[in-house]
Amino acid sequence: MNRDRRLILILSIAFIFFASFAFWAGRGTMNTLTEFFYLLAIAQLWNLLAGYAGLVSVGQQAWIGLGAYALLVSTDDIGLPVYAGIVVAGLVAGVLAIPTALLGFRLRGGYFAIGTWVMAEVFRLSVTASSDWLGGGLGRSIIVNNLFSSPSARITSIYIVAIVLAFGTVALTQYLMRSKVGLGLTAIRDNEDAAASLGINTYRVKMIIFILCAVGTGMVGALIALNQINIIPKSMFSVNWTAFMVFIVVIGGIGTIEGPIIGTIIFFLIREYLSDFGEWSFIILGVIAVGMMLIAPQGVWGLIKERVDVEIFPVRRLISAERLKSLGRG
Amino acid sequence: MSFLSVDNINVFYNEFQALFGVSMTVEKGETVAIIGSNGAGKSTLMRTIAGGLIPSQGSIRYDGADTAENSAFEMNRLGVALVPEGRKIFPSLSVEENLKIGGYSNRAGQWTLEKVYELFPILKERRNNGGTDLSGGQQQMVAIGRALMSNPDLILMDEVSLGLAPIIVNEIYTVVRQIAQTGTTVILVEQDVNRGLKEADRFYCLLEGKVSLAGNPADVTQDQISKAYFGL
Repeated sequence: MNRDRRLILILSIAFIFFASFAFWAGRGTMNTLTEFFYLLAIAQLWNLLAGYAGLVSVGQQAWIGLGAYALLVSTDDIGLPVYAGIVVAGLVAGVLAIPTALLGFRLRGGYFAIGTWVMAEVFRLSVTASSDWLGGGLGRSIIVNNLFSSPSARITSIYIVAIVLAFGTVALTQYLMRSKVGLGLTAIRDNEDAAASLGINTYRVKMIIFILCAVGTGMVGALIALNQINIIPKSMFSVNWTAFMVFIVVIGGIGTIEGPIIGTIIFFLIREYLSDFGEWSFIILGVIAVGMMLIAPQGVWGLIKERVDVEIFPVRRLISAERLKSLGRG
Repeated sequence: MSFLSVDNINVFYNEFQALFGVSMTVEKGETVAIIGSNGAGKSTLMRTIAGGLIPSQGSIRYDGADTAENSAFEMNRLGVALVPEGRKIFPSLSVEENLKIGGYSNRAGQWTLEKVYELFPILKERRNNGGTDLSGGQQQMVAIGRALMSNPDLILMDEVSLGLAPIIVNEIYTVVRQIAQTGTTVILVEQDVNRGLKEADRFYCLLEGKVSLAGNPADVTQDQISKAYFGL
């Protein structure tokens, strides 16, 4: 069986497996899994942005917050159905990502990272300024009873959307990396000047990735809003969202699709143990991430791959000498 | 009107000025060599023509259009391909993918993957290898093949002989001549002065960022070249 077909089969089976939880799992399990899958989705998107396109943004909370508010306005104020509201949240984030990129792409490296954070703060302050309409710093609550027939219907619906978004981002990353855009991205990551001189519009490729990631993260923001009900600017636009994405990707292995999946699992396990430490848990997470970067910058997945030649998501373009030999034997 | 005319350009790297009022012209189908010692500004001139650097003063006209402000990918789409100094092969990509990247802009023309493999049969054998798992000569072939894949009208070759055995250099230049024979305009940078003069119809010698001598290789003496090269 070829590698692509095997992957589609594995993903389909996993999807059906997790979707079946909606019929038999308890509320607690579904709540935990919902959080797991939306964190996986935003971490995978940040991985695409930073690990593949080299755009290290620390302002991804902008799209979470804007997505949350876009959902609030489109459902509560305009009266759209909830799924349309989630799509609108993605579109709003995507549209606002364009001016953000136009400003941000003038900056490089660390300055770009700071610039994206500043933009996220600008969005947060703009939302906070509207006290009559959006509730200012105290925020507003979504009237979820209008959107779902019952509390359990809400939990099930949110869960289904979370797995669709998580599997969707994994499939999108895989598809992109195998496409012509992915070929261009790999070349840009290897050597941006050489890629440009071979006709790759590096600006456009990065712009496409930046907008796609904003759309996906915005949709997750809508989901988080539906999950938390109370939409408060301070928590929706919290830089912690990006900190979680960075932690997950760095621990799991940046620039691989497997990395964020492993990273999200590790993040959940660690957080479980750290729940007693309160605010200290953030410091401990930070120390672990810094330690990981110093000792094993390729992440846990990188450590695994060093020891066994496995690859669940075949995006590696390069066929190594060992692989050629094993193909010859096979 | 020449195919390419560079007129009185100044180029800076931040505060450091690398080119001072450089002018050159290239006619369609010519092979022109740029010679000069280390740091004379040869690669800077090539990168500026290819759109990688923008001159602070002066103009560049290519194929009837003002291209001084163009970026590298725009120049590639207009038919200018650079074989960069140090080859700049993409290590994450296989030989074949490195070549395919060259075809990213989908310019129409005679060069296809098959044609490049005909030119360099060894690359077909090694197409699934990593781009940087090859010998220096083979990597140079990938860099040339990759540039050809964009079907250029003007190909800029920066130090294609650097670090290669003499026999490989001969092979590479046999191919360069074949490329020139198809009507492609070639500009080559050479540190090996004799090689540069032998391969080119005309030459420009750079010294400390200025053109110190230009002309037809047959019309100049060894002594004139030494003076222009070393600034004695």
